[in-house]
Amino acid sequence: MSNNIERIELDNVVVKFVGDSGDGMQLTGTIFSDSAVKEGNDIATFPDYPAEIRAPHNTVAGVSGFQVHIGKKKIHTIGDLCDVLVAMNPASLKANLKWAKPGGTIIVDVDTFDVKAFDKAGYKNNPLEDGSLSGFNVIKAPITSMTKKAFEDITDGFKIAEKSRNMFALGITLYIFNRDTKHSLELIEQKFGKKPAIASANKLAVQAGYNYAETVEALHSTYYIPPAKIEKGKYRIITGNIATAWGLLAASERSGRPLFLGSYPITPATDILIELAKHKSLGAKIFQAEDEIAGICSSIGASFTGSLAITTTSGPGFSLKSEAMGLAVITELPLVIVDVQRAGPSTGMPTKSEQSDLYQALFGRNGECPMVVMAASSPADCFYAAYEAAKLAMEHMTPVILLTDGYIGNGSELFRIPKVADLKPITPPIAKPNDPDYKPYRRDQETHVRKWALPGTEGLRHRIGGLEKENVAGTVTTDPINHETMVNLREAKIQKIADFVDPLSVVGAPEGDLLIVSWGGTEGPVLTAVKEMQEKGKSVSHAHFKHIMPLPRNTAEVFKKFKKILVCELNSGQFVNYLRMTHHGFSYQQYNKVQGLPFMVNELVNKFTKTLEE
Amino acid sequence: MPLNKTIEVSDIELTKEDFVSDQMVKWCPGCGSHAILNSVEQVFPKIGYKKENFIIVSGIGCSSRFPYYVNTYGFHGIHGRATAIASGVKIANPGLSVWIATGDGDSMAIGGNHFIHIIRRNMDVNILLFNNQIYGLTKGQFSPTSPVGTVTKTSPHGTIEHPFNPGELVMGAQGTFFARVTDTNPRMMTDAMFEAAKHDGTAVIEVLQNCIIFADKAHASITSRDFRDDYQLHLKHGEHMIFGKDKNKGIRINGTKLEVVTIGENGITLDDILVHDQYSLDPGIHLMLAKLSPPEFPIALGVIRSASFSTYDDQVVEQIKMAKETAKIKSVDELLNSGDVFEID
Repeated sequence: MSNNIERIELDNVVVKFVGDSGDGMQLTGTIFSDSAVKEGNDIATFPDYPAEIRAPHNTVAGVSGFQVHIGKKKIHTIGDLCDVLVAMNPASLKANLKWAKPGGTIIVDVDTFDVKAFDKAGYKNNPLEDGSLSGFNVIKAPITSMTKKAFEDITDGFKIAEKSRNMFALGITLYIFNRDTKHSLELIEQKFGKKPAIASANKLAVQAGYNYAETVEALHSTYYIPPAKIEKGKYRIITGNIATAWGLLAASERSGRPLFLGSYPITPATDILIELAKHKSLGAKIFQAEDEIAGICSSIGASFTGSLAITTTSGPGFSLKSEAMGLAVITELPLVIVDVQRAGPSTGMPTKSEQSDLYQALFGRNGECPMVVMAASSPADCFYAAYEAAKLAMEHMTPVILLTDGYIGNGSELFRIPKVADLKPITPPIAKPNDPDYKPYRRDQETHVRKWALPGTEGLRHRIGGLEKENVAGTVTTDPINHETMVNLREAKIQKIADFVDPLSVVGAPEGDLLIVSWGGTEGPVLTAVKEMQEKGKSVSHAHFKHIMPLPRNTAEVFKKFKKILVCELNSGQFVNYLRMTHHGFSYQQYNKVQGLPFMVNELVNKFTKTLEE
Repeated sequence: MPLNKTIEVSDIELTKEDFVSDQMVKWCPGCGSHAILNSVEQVFPKIGYKKENFIIVSGIGCSSRFPYYVNTYGFHGIHGRATAIASGVKIANPGLSVWIATGDGDSMAIGGNHFIHIIRRNMDVNILLFNNQIYGLTKGQFSPTSPVGTVTKTSPHGTIEHPFNPGELVMGAQGTFFARVTDTNPRMMTDAMFEAAKHDGTAVIEVLQNCIIFADKAHASITSRDFRDDYQLHLKHGEHMIFGKDKNKGIRINGTKLEVVTIGENGITLDDILVHDQYSLDPGIHLMLAKLSPPEFPIALGVIRSASFSTYDDQVVEQIKMAKETAKIKSVDELLNSGDVFEID
């Protein structure tokens, strides 16, 4: 490392790699974040794909990005603005300049900045020369030509060079952050181990980029992010969708109930289906159905038959499943419905995240139709949330909706690997063969849970279905008093589950001026903003909800100790209105954002500050 | 000898009484469903699986009350989705003999999508399609199988849409088993149900069923005493396709088409008449048979097609078995610790 360059130590930094869809930005970002972890940092990442698979080359529509937030403290968000933006072409610069932090560093592949590319990107002038980047430290790196030069002596070198530009850019970035190339080279070896020619080309490009950065005089400073203090243990990096899939597999193994997934591909939930389809060796049965309705209906059939049954979807598919969710409620069968929320209504913005399916989860069915609603709070939490959803579904014989969202589903973070044996046991109430007392709707006196009698079992033949049944006996009836009894029992069964879930916890003082309330996938930014306020000495605490139906028993206890309550969510106020309905008597303020984007820490801090001052 | 290797047979001999439910059967007196129910109660003990291994799944409609009236495991689903629910049942537990009770509204209209897809996959289930050409439970609206011009409450000037022929739909969806029977012929029904149980794959039995209230005598031109001999062709594997009061009419192939001929006329002999091959993999003749209709032709009844192809559920089992033998990851702990894992000290 040259000596005349200043080395600046930072607590955390946000880097975003952007380029054309085919430029390999996801891989570049992944390797950068993985190697940061190996040097001891905490991370959070988020891929930013276009909705189109291969939009026209070099246009803004075709820009793909990968954002990495690394730090020496626990990282809860992907970061508001980028300290370093690596842009592989003019279109990607154009699409992402608004996310670059003023005064931050922008690295561009200057070789791609030609008139034709400006035209495609929609630039009238060369942005590198028109003064529009004057507020940034711009590094004009000839990435394409330098990569080609590195491959001069290799057969087909130019062709390979074209595909290795991203690795050259990675090499530059590694240098800027004082990273050893060792981990990146190992990761490339792992990824391309079976294609040695590609592995060695990529490694060569990383090294060439690193060397270039070291020798070129464009750099005034490099950065160093010291290792984070992370709890000792075994870790991996995991996305929310993979964590969801694995949490469900763990629940299947722990409960002894085989996993059945009936699902239909839909963005951004498809990765759960793809992941589970890989694990037939764990006995997972995957049914890619002809539509969303068949997805949930096949799962209900599998549930009746004794499987841990799951259906995964996103907003529009969630709507299609509504009628069948009612069937699962009235038949009182376990079922996990995962809704990876995206911006709606209708098709909306499939690749953008939102929390706007909450009303539908709570109320979107005909009849009095209660079911458990939970929400995962981060990529790694998806594992535990999915596990708990499956546990509650099976032990309480009810469908459970698990709300995640595109942001945590596709985002990734460090995940401390648990042991399956350390997870809470799951004991479904399976009826014993020839149980003389078995009746379809005979219930546990306390929990109101009925028994799960599996077809094939001797002495338990019975019929259930969508028609109202007589309590205990399970025969078809339209008796008015029985119907009301069943409505009340179904509701009481769900409400009782509040006794089996963790109480609401508060981060910060248990009483004070302002309680910030959030739920689901916004925990990261909200918690980060709350901590920032707390560090400034402000009386701000945070209560984050993972259980929405039923709500934690101590909700009112927590709320009444604060002068003000501010509910933050990525919709127009669905959770706050639900609280107004269930916990009236409190004066709730709300902060809402419906842009298909996550909260930024900065905007939250501003809002919290204002709310305190009001 | 079990009909299906994966379904456990009963140690004891079962009778009809083992399957009769204690519930009051609430179909209209004279409804064709009673006869179908009776046939099912007759054939289940004959099939011989353990009584706990039968499951009946249904959708919505008069037909779909069926599970409540048979003493088996039963699931009364939602409109059109019986085939989807049953798919989950069969995949989750291939050791069950899965029967679906559905109607022309349930499976040809709202559930049309699931109907063609379960057939395409060749899921090993048996579908009893009660075709009465009318929506009965909603009190008389035309269905996707009502003939053109049918006058109903929602088609006071006659229907203007072309009906589905379920057999044609089954063949179009690459169906491996199709039988057509009438609710007036119990023997034909039980025979077809037994054949369906024997068949590995999706077996569709279309029952031409009478709705005494809203579409009475819809099938009378085929089933009535005056017409049935001349308008019913009873197919039996390996036998000539002969019909008629005097058993002297037959079906032969002329060029690319089927035609009705009379044995003894114009030099036609028995050798000219087609011999039914229900096991033919090629569905060509089966499709032509399924499409035959009066007045030019008799309607084909009995097992029209029963072709052997691999089933979806068998292959699921096979893939899981293979994966368990070959995969390195055999537990969730191994999965969690696979790939890029690192220690933080």
